Amino acid sequence: MRKYSEKIMAIITWAAAILTAGVLVYIIGYILYKGLPYIKPSLFAFDYNSENVSLMPALISTVIMTLLSLLIAVPLGVFSAIFLTEYSKRGNKFVKLVRITAETLSGIPSIVYGLFGMLFFVTFLGWGFSVLAGAFTLSIMILPLILRSSEEALQSVPDSWREGSFGLGAGRLRTVFKIVLPAASPGVFAGIILAVGRVVGETAALIYTAGTVAQVPGTPLASARTLAVHMYALSGEGLHIGEGYATAVVLLVLVIGINALSAFAAKKLLKGKTGKKA
Amino acid sequence: MRQNFKENCMRGIFFLSAAASIAAVALICLFLLANGVPAIGKIGIVEFLFGTEWSPSDVPAVYGIASMIVGSLYVTAGAIIIGVPIGILTAVFLAKVCPKNLYKILKPGVDLLAGIPSVVYGFFGMAAIVPLFGNSIMSACILLGIMILPTIIGISESAIRAVPEHYYEGSLALGAGHYRSLFFVILPAAKSGILAGVVLGIGRAIGETMAVIMVMGNQARMPGSLLSGARTLTGNIVIEMGYAEGLHREALIATGVVLFVFILIINVSFSALKRREK
Repeated sequence: MRKYSEKIMAIITWAAAILTAGVLVYIIGYILYKGLPYIKPSLFAFDYNSENVSLMPALISTVIMTLLSLLIAVPLGVFSAIFLTEYSKRGNKFVKLVRITAETLSGIPSIVYGLFGMLFFVTFLGWGFSVLAGAFTLSIMILPLILRSSEEALQSVPDSWREGSFGLGAGRLRTVFKIVLPAASPGVFAGIILAVGRVVGETAALIYTAGTVAQVPGTPLASARTLAVHMYALSGEGLHIGEGYATAVVLLVLVIGINALSAFAAKKLLKGKTGKKA
Repeated sequence: MRQNFKENCMRGIFFLSAAASIAAVALICLFLLANGVPAIGKIGIVEFLFGTEWSPSDVPAVYGIASMIVGSLYVTAGAIIIGVPIGILTAVFLAKVCPKNLYKILKPGVDLLAGIPSVVYGFFGMAAIVPLFGNSIMSACILLGIMILPTIIGISESAIRAVPEHYYEGSLALGAGHYRSLFFVILPAAKSGILAGVVLGIGRAIGETMAVIMVMGNQARMPGSLLSGARTLTGNIVIEMGYAEGLHREALIATGVVLFVFILIINVSFSALKRREK
């Protein structure tokens, strides 16, 4: 009797895991199957027009959007993490407030960011639908992610290193930039890459901030669509579903690459820690 | 002296960066509330929240979002019913059953599932799930159930791993089998961590936008059955914001405010659960 129930529990556990793995394989296989036939050179032409819905302008806009939002969010996130770990005492009220607000930010859904970006950057500051408004909106969205991963990475640097640096006469600032930050860099890097993943896949926060113009933006105040928005636009038109799947393939490849890079960086951080202890 | 100035200067910059999260949350609250709450006042809070009719083009226009609140709740509940059991079982598998070699493949797979952009999920849902169940609540539930899997698996897995090993050993010593120990000793001990994962999954599901509108039909009326189409709060914003003006636009922002309040409640319960875990 006991053996019987043990077996049933084993079966449902394995079944759930197999189901999860199966779903993943099915989704990726399905997208590849539908999209690969549409990956053609013409899809990467520089001009977008109604006959050839090239994804090249969207790809370029995605790169621009990613770089811009990182430019804003990375210094903010890393500096906040430095303040929280290196410059403040535990249990400080301000620190608590930063933690609570960062946690709140990470739970806000992207459509609410989109609404806020539309109200604040697009309307209130008068930037219109633009790459700049989109990048600022996204940078708020990824700020908590970078803040948290940087904080964890900084905390994992042993205190003895800081003490050693102080003992040699270095100031706090020098210690942070020459000793602590370099040691924590793989963890910081892993967080940044995850943030890139979120920017690349984001749609809802961008439709009403960066708009949906399918050309390469000439200025930061021009509207542009990223790959994910491009896909959504294609699905709405209903005429170029095949090209939509091809775009999905490109996005998937990007996301897989980003994940692999982030895992690699995280592993490097882990290795660094155990290696130095030994 | 010069050194001191530089130290203080950078300290100030770090402090301001840390204040950015607080400023962001304050601005988001301010702009959403200032633009949304007056509309709720004009429409009437009871009519807005409990009115089942949404017809912005009628004269006079009627703005009731009850059907969308119900739509969001249905879809979220469905996603939880599908995603939570599979997610927890997969987490048990990953943490305690999985052979090491398989783990090296399965774990990155789960991370990849988290990294796939929601538009890509939407495309997959449109082609693989909608043909089976139509543009309906059912389709959205299945798709969202898949999308929240990685959240639930990730948090549950670390909660299960955090349970001390001697719980398991003690259970074995009392004569329980491997799976019996996992399900009746380890899982109950990891309860609050797993619950936190479920709450985070609820937040994901209720805030998801793009994938849901691509498979749900988006009719703004009370859903009749699981197989009828419906609209969520998030969908309402994205679909109509493009052409809305005046009170209609404000009513959409007010929809965002209602969504924001839901999310805040979920966030607060999440951090309460996490604190209890410690």
